[in-house]
Amino acid sequence: MTTTTLAVLVPLLPFLGAAAGLLLGRTAPGFVRPLAVLPTLASLVLAVLVAARQGGGQAVDSATELTPTGSVPIELALYINGFAALVAVLVGVVASCVQIYSTGYLRDDPRYPSYAALVSLFTSAMLLVVYSGDLIVLLVGWEVMGICSYFLVGHYWETPEARAASIKAFLVTKLGDVPFLIGLFALGTDAGSFRITHVLGAVASGGLHQPTLIALLLLAGVAGKSAQFPLHTWLPDAMAGPTPVSALIHAATMVAAGVYFIARLLPVFEASSATMVVLAVMAGVTMVGSALAALAQDDIKRVLAYSTIGQLGYMTGALAVGERGAAVFHLLSHGAFKALLFLGAGVIIHAAGTNSLAAMSRMKDLRARVPDAYWTMTVALLALAAIPPFSGFFSKESVLGAAEHAATGHTAHAPGAAGWTVLVTGLLTALLTAAYATRLWLLAFRGHGAEAPDHGKQPLVMNAVLWVLAVPSLAFGLAYRVLPGWFDGRDLTPTLTTSVLGTGLALVGGLMTYGAWRHTTAVADRFPLGAVAAHPEADAGLVEAEAIASHAPAYGDVAYAPDPADPGRLLLGPLHRHAAVGFHLDALYDALFVRPVRAGASLVQFLDREVVETYVRGAGALPRLLGAAVRRAQTGNVQTYVSALLAGTVVLAVAVLLVATGA
Amino acid sequence: MHLVYPAVLSALLFCTGLYGVLARRNAVLVLMSVELMLNAVNLNLVAFDVWLSRTARETLHSGQALTLFTIAIAAAEIGIGLAIVLAVYRNRGTSDIDRLRDTAEGHETDALAAEKAEATA
Repeated sequence: MTTTTLAVLVPLLPFLGAAAGLLLGRTAPGFVRPLAVLPTLASLVLAVLVAARQGGGQAVDSATELTPTGSVPIELALYINGFAALVAVLVGVVASCVQIYSTGYLRDDPRYPSYAALVSLFTSAMLLVVYSGDLIVLLVGWEVMGICSYFLVGHYWETPEARAASIKAFLVTKLGDVPFLIGLFALGTDAGSFRITHVLGAVASGGLHQPTLIALLLLAGVAGKSAQFPLHTWLPDAMAGPTPVSALIHAATMVAAGVYFIARLLPVFEASSATMVVLAVMAGVTMVGSALAALAQDDIKRVLAYSTIGQLGYMTGALAVGERGAAVFHLLSHGAFKALLFLGAGVIIHAAGTNSLAAMSRMKDLRARVPDAYWTMTVALLALAAIPPFSGFFSKESVLGAAEHAATGHTAHAPGAAGWTVLVTGLLTALLTAAYATRLWLLAFRGHGAEAPDHGKQPLVMNAVLWVLAVPSLAFGLAYRVLPGWFDGRDLTPTLTTSVLGTGLALVGGLMTYGAWRHTTAVADRFPLGAVAAHPEADAGLVEAEAIASHAPAYGDVAYAPDPADPGRLLLGPLHRHAAVGFHLDALYDALFVRPVRAGASLVQFLDREVVETYVRGAGALPRLLGAAVRRAQTGNVQTYVSALLAGTVVLAVAVLLVATGA
Repeated sequence: MHLVYPAVLSALLFCTGLYGVLARRNAVLVLMSVELMLNAVNLNLVAFDVWLSRTARETLHSGQALTLFTIAIAAAEIGIGLAIVLAVYRNRGTSDIDRLRDTAEGHETDALAAEKAEATA
């Protein structure tokens, strides 16, 4: 088969799997698991084959036009360069791991068939985004991912948190998608084509009339999808979905789609230096803010969610300094270790029966209950904190190196201001990242107090997947030697200055948290805290749903626990209160958008109920009145009717006679 | 015979029938009055048929044929009518038309009201 055929099959197989899963889900439950796992695995194998054939060389580019569509043609186009090939492999790996993990995680879930089908559909949409060479086809995949995310976040729609989170995720990302759509149209009209190759050609020859406007419009969609400030608020709430969904969609792939999109169209963004500065500031604010918020969260998954936002900030930061190789490098290594962290967190939540770090810090020997999750998550947290030689170190240092390069004015398209912003915030975030990673590890695995409850052994598939993902978390960083051949050819080797600075700051952050933890851990025994799910023996998905639903009643908030023994509280001081609620952005949006919309809705309701309905009622009242008058004639006496009939006949007959005689 | 005699007789018969339909209270008598009106029409039909065929403008005797139809239909009608009156009388103990006012606006017999209340309960 040609590479093109293989590449077409890569997104097609999970799509067919999803369709078959949705159709057969009820009638043939035995087929659901194979239909979920096998197409995804097959498309992973094909993606690896495509990557091997493409090999970072000449991009595979082919297109076919199904039908003429008016002014700017829309084509089914494939464009696979080194970026696309490698990101597709990442999507395949994570999606396969998640599908296999889900067979254990949701083994008793009644809605597993539709869940698995939606995950497959999502995988197919992401692969479409990755391989697509046409912006409109890319948009199709982009939006399918959005709707899949909506359904999967709302998987436990019995709980109000999940319902609210799914609607929020959908609305906030759509808020970015509307400008994104307009930006795509503007880009397509300016360039005269939606083909990415033609668009890039037009940019290179200076064919764009409004590069800043287009780039800023596209940036809004990217900020929504990749959860960048100020549209990031949906991501922490999206943790109400099942853990595998968080791992797949909200850590490794969908949120990476925005970053990947900019990486693909980087010349469009580089055409406007204002956009690059906006991008850099956005990345900086996102990185620092999310890292501070992560340090104050109590829900283990929300810590990871804010951490995801921060790591995506690194990627956009790398793009802001014009180094897409570093951005995609970090995307790949982050995809692996963040998926591992989420899947490990799912195991921990199942074992502990709670998602609250405060409750976990009061359990002794939780690590002995889940040894696989303990070791693999230790690896992943070290990678997250960018400690050498784990994968996160190399990718993060390549980002910081690129920022330093731009700051000293060595990068052609990136303004020095962008470089400095990314460099300073990136180093600060390195410190904070290490701090919250250490905090998570200490609170989850080094608890004191009562023995952790024994909820039986974790399913084998769940543990096996963790080890599979631990391999790239451990060793993928060494790929920095090979990757430039796949990317733009720029060197990704860590530079000495940033490496020393970054690693030093990470160590400082880790040690500070450790010190704070040693200081506060004595307090922990005096403040008993902890609520455990009602059905600890149930499957992991149910335990998690119950843990999320019970967090607010038990601790007063979904994100916050009144735990004085939290090292994050000591480190953040007065900031802690604000960081725990995401710096009041939700409250701000509530005041700015939600309440005006509600007020408008109640105004419309008033107009409809009181004004429009009055006219409708008035129109009905007159005929009713006339009807009442006519009804009085109906006495029930047949002879009266016949008399009236006779009278009418006589009148008519006389009238006819008069007319006929001409009187 | 001059045409005016049967015509006047028929008009008298029709008016008698009309009076009966509008004024009698007993349903059986109302039905009998309807028969009078029908037969007044039959008389007209036959008389005009004879008058027209004498002037040779009509040779098919459709008036007489139509009369036969009317008689047959009237027989069927009175059969059904009497059966209904009989059923009403057995059911209610009366065939007084003034008291058969179930179709009046706002009228509901006690039995119907009870049935409705049961259905909504």
